[in-house]
Amino acid sequence: MKDKVIVTVVGKDKVGIIAAVTTALAEADVNILDISQTIMQGFFTMMMICDMAGANVDLAALKSCLDEEGERIGVKISVQHEEVFQFMHRI
Amino acid sequence: MPLTIHPNEILETIHMLEMENLDVRTITMGINLRDCAGPDAVKACKKIYDKIYRMAENLVKVGTSIESDYGIPIVNKRISVTPIALVAESADTDDYQAYAEVLDRVAQDVGVNFIGGFSALVHKGATKGDLNLIKAIPQALATTERVCSSVNIGTTKAGINMDAVLEMGYVIKKTAELTGDRGGLGCAKLVVFCNVPEDNPFMAGAFHGIGEPEAVINVGVSGPGVVLHAVKKYPDADLGTLAEVIKKTAFKVTRMGELVGREASRRLQVPFGIVDLSLAPTPAIGDSVADILEAMGLEKCGTHGTTAALAMLNDAVKKGGSMASSYVGGLSGAFIPVSEDAGMIRAVEAKALSIEKLEAMTCVCSVGLDMITVPGDTSAETIAAIIADEAAIGMINNKTTAVRIIPAPGKKEGDYVEFGGLLGKGPVMSVNPYNSSIFVKRGGRIPAPINALRN
Repeated sequence: MKDKVIVTVVGKDKVGIIAAVTTALAEADVNILDISQTIMQGFFTMMMICDMAGANVDLAALKSCLDEEGERIGVKISVQHEEVFQFMHRI
Repeated sequence: MPLTIHPNEILETIHMLEMENLDVRTITMGINLRDCAGPDAVKACKKIYDKIYRMAENLVKVGTSIESDYGIPIVNKRISVTPIALVAESADTDDYQAYAEVLDRVAQDVGVNFIGGFSALVHKGATKGDLNLIKAIPQALATTERVCSSVNIGTTKAGINMDAVLEMGYVIKKTAELTGDRGGLGCAKLVVFCNVPEDNPFMAGAFHGIGEPEAVINVGVSGPGVVLHAVKKYPDADLGTLAEVIKKTAFKVTRMGELVGREASRRLQVPFGIVDLSLAPTPAIGDSVADILEAMGLEKCGTHGTTAALAMLNDAVKKGGSMASSYVGGLSGAFIPVSEDAGMIRAVEAKALSIEKLEAMTCVCSVGLDMITVPGDTSAETIAAIIADEAAIGMINNKTTAVRIIPAPGKKEGDYVEFGGLLGKGPVMSVNPYNSSIFVKRGGRIPAPINALRN
């Protein structure tokens, strides 16, 4: 449980967003458990549940790596512990 | 592996954090300093420095790492300590300035922006140490940057110590004078309380109460922007339905505080105290309590109906929040600080909101007349009378009330005072021109009310 993080990607839709993000995750040995993707109010919105159990970086390093990647392709990528969402939405 | 969280729920959380200013307002570490007392003030101050430094060394680092892991901004990391009057009393000196200076220095060295506890509890009477502390407040607040001070002058159980009320009128005037070059900023770090809570994480009134453990982590949540957004989504709902919406929102906001508090407690190995369920506004656009009241259907905050709207809002926040946290405490109620809330400032400018209306509003919410700027020529006696009124509301209604008032030197009604940062910009408000000095100078103690006799 402790190793699960949620990656959200929001930005203007264009070719290659998923490819870029999943490549970055693969390079960090982060396993993607589930993906949901939609266009909301014209914005590309993707949410992923990932498992960091086998990751070769820690959360802070993954965040900064995805920040850079997000900047390069022009989207906002955030990474948060799954616990935040569990805590807020589940009793 | 199925998605255990619905994408809409993820988006809701992200939206709250990114668009609606959701944050945890403060993690405050309470630290007991009773074991630092001693006859030699220099030695006592060294002990104070060493103990605070040892306990809080990692506070900011841990706070920042929680922010990063969870993606929740934690705006302030702060420290509260045992009321210094209790710690300094056994020293062979009547000058407590050195204690304020050591608090300021250690706060700076561990990286917190405020340290609370330059405080005295004098609701029934003052000891030698209490009097020394009160005497030291103006100079302490003028010469330090991070030290916050509070004095409790009344409780429901003890009544109101009117000698202390009058003294605080003079102390506030003196503090404003000594910080006149900064608009009277010292007064923004000084709170006069009735029924002060011992576990409040919010400044400037935080201190580490005498019934508290060695150290404790208290968390203050915020989230006016999130509640505002939720209220705006239901422009036609009746008030029962709206209360339900606010409750659900408050639940979610408070869960963030609970999570952060538990995690901070675990990482710092300090027991978790309480979550303070307060709607704490900031000067940021969209982070205003006044805006929520206006979204409920009032043309301007302060008009007729404001007290009712605020009562409903405050109660719904508490109901939702209390479900979300295992331990609730502190002030727990909507704050209505004028200078820190853009909507309140607008309401004052439009002449919709007066001190009298704010006083009425404090009957149904936390905490009191907060960050009120008044003309520089307001007398100490008038300020004492304002404190007495507010304390009476607290005493009779069994609730916390407080006064944080700034008689800004050289300023008159209609002027502004810029305090900067979270303290915001205060519009100078008019006070009643008639004299209360004979009343407040009678002194003595207003007896505890009949509703204090509950045994």
